[in-house]
Amino acid sequence: MIMKRISMAIAVLVMALLAADGLYAASVYKIGGIFSSTGRASFLGDPEQKTMEMMIEKINAAGGIDGVKLEAVIYDSEGDPAKAVSAVNKLLHKDKVLAIIGPSTTPTTLAIVNFVERAQVPLISCAAGVKITSPVKPWVFKTAQSDLLAVAAVYQHMKARGIKKIGVLTVSNSFGESGKHQLLNQAKDFGLEVVQADSFGAKDTDMTAQLTKIKAAGPDAIVCWGTNPGPAVVAKNVKQLKIDLPLYQSHGVASPKFIELAGDAANGIILPTGKILVTGLLDGSDPQRAILEDYQKDYNAMYNANVSGFGGYAYDAVNLLAGALKGSGGDKNKIRDALESTQGHMGTTGEFNFSAQDHNGLSPKAFVMVEIQNGTWKLIK
Amino acid sequence: MQEIIQYLFSGITTGAIYAVIAVGLSMLYSSTELINFAHGEFVMVGAMAMVTFWVHLAWPLPLAILAAMALGCTLGLLFERFAIRTAKASNPIVLVIITVGASIFLRGTGMLAWGKDPFSVPSFSSHESIEILGAALLPQSIWIVLGAIGLAGGIHFFLKKTLTGKAMVACAVNQKAAWLSGIPSERMAVLAFAISTGCGAIAGIFIAPITMSSYDMGTILGLKGFCAAMIGGLGSLWGAFAGGILLGVLESLGAGLISSGLKDAIAFILLLLILYIRPGGLFAAKEAKRF
Repeated sequence: MIMKRISMAIAVLVMALLAADGLYAASVYKIGGIFSSTGRASFLGDPEQKTMEMMIEKINAAGGIDGVKLEAVIYDSEGDPAKAVSAVNKLLHKDKVLAIIGPSTTPTTLAIVNFVERAQVPLISCAAGVKITSPVKPWVFKTAQSDLLAVAAVYQHMKARGIKKIGVLTVSNSFGESGKHQLLNQAKDFGLEVVQADSFGAKDTDMTAQLTKIKAAGPDAIVCWGTNPGPAVVAKNVKQLKIDLPLYQSHGVASPKFIELAGDAANGIILPTGKILVTGLLDGSDPQRAILEDYQKDYNAMYNANVSGFGGYAYDAVNLLAGALKGSGGDKNKIRDALESTQGHMGTTGEFNFSAQDHNGLSPKAFVMVEIQNGTWKLIK
Repeated sequence: MQEIIQYLFSGITTGAIYAVIAVGLSMLYSSTELINFAHGEFVMVGAMAMVTFWVHLAWPLPLAILAAMALGCTLGLLFERFAIRTAKASNPIVLVIITVGASIFLRGTGMLAWGKDPFSVPSFSSHESIEILGAALLPQSIWIVLGAIGLAGGIHFFLKKTLTGKAMVACAVNQKAAWLSGIPSERMAVLAFAISTGCGAIAGIFIAPITMSSYDMGTILGLKGFCAAMIGGLGSLWGAFAGGILLGVLESLGAGLISSGLKDAIAFILLLLILYIRPGGLFAAKEAKRF
């Protein structure tokens, strides 16, 4: 008798909860976010999270999408794939989000793609690794420029300078490995020969051994592919070893923090970057300039901090998703199809033209080459 | 040839850092039989304190170094008083777990205090690198090696020649007997903690200018220091020192001559080999076994 009463009570409770859940889901669109807001990659995740929060607030202030407000559920992955997996499970099963923005890094993104594929929830990653969208996975998109395009931009510049032999130094994590793969693969297309390829650990304190080895191989230039702080140590070591070769870095260090870390050693370093870093130097006719200035004004007003290119990935992701949400009625399949057919979307990173074969949608034009001079960026035309 | 010399220079620099960390670990082990897995975090505290005192507050260099050291020692004292002593009667494994917990706590506190971004600290002296046989030697490397030798020598002198030091060794050999002869063994343990964490902070102070400092830099350095101490023989001061240098040089030569991808693996393969062939470490004293 008592058992029966208890089970009745439970049944009533469950029904009530389910009903409440149903009501709740209809009144908002829940969007998940996974960013490495703390940890080594916080320089990526922190501005991304802030940008996403800012954009959601802005969209809600303008009345939401089709009259439905957005709600952001954001988790911190700490740059750790294991934590990203637990975050994605929470988003998919507990929060039941419509779509996910992030994660910030390639390893964390690759760790969760299988989960979103299985759950059939659209994911817009803010990470650069080419493996994320190649081969194309139906539910996975990304807004950051692929390292494929970054390497192409660097090699084009080298070719124009008459460089023939290069030494490659990459960080031994996903970003570096993916970059190394692209650097080695594309070299031939630009008539370049990789004479020495080395790697360093993300937390190494000294890279002179690797640089000595590269120097001994006699290259015309050195390419370092990594994210802070390793490449700053490489920049210092190059100066200390008096290696008088052009040093190229990746877009992974395209932030003022790199100049601060490397100090004088940053001078003369050439790297590809999204246009956001050099907004003030762009031509007035550049179609991205107005969007970039808008974003910077909003971000500055809200956080009293300067923008970085990384926050721009989240800016584009939220805007793309907002576009796809329009008229979807909260149907994940419709959101996915709308994302895939997005054409000519001008974002902070570049012009997005998605298709069934391309879930990144950018061209090498999304990159410009800059040189660091006297602690600031100079656009190379 | 020129390359080999360069590898040696790099190796000795990193090795000297490992040596300072290992000396601190080893000295704590010899006086309290405790392995402090939070040691690496004290390295972080030293490096980050340099960022605050020298770069942000612009104190003069000697004052900044002293302040960073004092911070490391003070935190060590607090750590002993509030975390270790309260669990004194426990199984050694409990104490080790406490140090692991302390390491996570310190890392978290470091993140709150200094933020998540890495920082850079300028070199102690702004000289150009010196060229020897075509290889470049950084002035900071000379500072590090001199600092490491000075520190190990100082601790050696303290343990062998001063009354307090001898009392500390006595405690390590037999705590009860030392207590019976009037040595305050608890105070000795506190002192050992302060010196050991101070060593950690010094390693951080020296390493800050050659690399980037951030709140999570300590873990891998602590592990490498632990490797070095094991290689040299836990509890042996000069053994730990030699272990550190050996580890640094082998890492650098391994990265240069074999493959840079194997750099970290070398440390741990070496550790496994040593534990297999000579469990007591390369330079362990014969009387390492206590009565």
